[in-house]
Amino acid sequence: MSESVVLRTIGGMLIPYILVYGLYVQMHGEIGPGGGFQAGVLVAAAFILHSLLFGPTGTMRLLPRWFIDLSMSLGVLLYIGTGVVCLLQGGYFLEYSVLDRTDPAAAEALGITLVEAGVGLTVASVILTIVRKVQGVSP
Amino acid sequence: MDPVLLLDVILLLLAVAAAFTAITLRNLLGSVMMMGIYSLLLAVIWADLFAMDVSITEASIGAGASTILLLMALTRTGTRERKSGDHSLPALIVVVLTGLVLIQGTSELPRFGDPEAPAHRHVAPQYLAQQVPKVAPPSEAMGPAPQPAPVGEDAPGNFGHHVPNTVTAVLAAYRGYDTMFETVVIFSAGMCLLLLLRPLPRKQEESIDE
Repeated sequence: MSESVVLRTIGGMLIPYILVYGLYVQMHGEIGPGGGFQAGVLVAAAFILHSLLFGPTGTMRLLPRWFIDLSMSLGVLLYIGTGVVCLLQGGYFLEYSVLDRTDPAAAEALGITLVEAGVGLTVASVILTIVRKVQGVSP
Repeated sequence: MDPVLLLDVILLLLAVAAAFTAITLRNLLGSVMMMGIYSLLLAVIWADLFAMDVSITEASIGAGASTILLLMALTRTGTRERKSGDHSLPALIVVVLTGLVLIQGTSELPRFGDPEAPAHRHVAPQYLAQQVPKVAPPSEAMGPAPQPAPVGEDAPGNFGHHVPNTVTAVLAAYRGYDTMFETVVIFSAGMCLLLLLRPLPRKQEESIDE
């Protein structure tokens, strides 16, 4: 928890921009550089900054432990689930083009977007968990 | 001399200097800062080599997340390194020998930026064109080199320029299994952390205190 008014004001202003940039890297990963992994780290960085400025307990209220644990598993589930849906659609595991038979190219992009979202969720919540454990915040 | 190459060499020398300083500094806070600078320099080098994805990862993980983690660890351990004993001679010999073997290994690698290198000639052109059918017919699946894929909007595996970033296409589609298990590895790391560092039940805590 920072006592400095300057740090808290300027840092607080930075957090939304970091979050938006993280979401941009996530959504734009197929076109520009980046993807789920980098976006996850950026989103986690925004919340790490929040916990450094306003104290770990404030971030804990914002993102409770059950939410982080849930999104950690949800990310992997989203990735594997996309593959399973491809199987159910009659394709191979992770063969995204079968998601939409009328437009396979768009289905590829959709599959990649879903998978990257899963990676981003897991990475962001694992990094937040590591930081919380090092900070020594008990749930 | 090629200005880009010159810039790369200067940045690499700076990175080596930063790494060396990080090892030799007794002040651990300074050491962590030098590690961050080292990662930032590497991120610039990757960007200079047009490896933008690697650059973003290096900047966010190397310079950002791991620096913060080390700083948080320092708040619990103190920032001065204790005076350590003598350096071990056998360790130095092993390290130097391993380094020499690695340098010897690089002589077999293709020249830096060689357009004729196998990495650029084998499947890379097809990945760049995004025309590799991801699921080969069973008879050709084990073939040594992929057959030229059918070209056109309707060809199987053609992304139709929906995924212009080749790195993402390779990571998420062609190498989808790899990325899936990488995610699972990160997930299991988080799970292990939660299991190992979970707060002890009250009864157990008391028995440890005794």
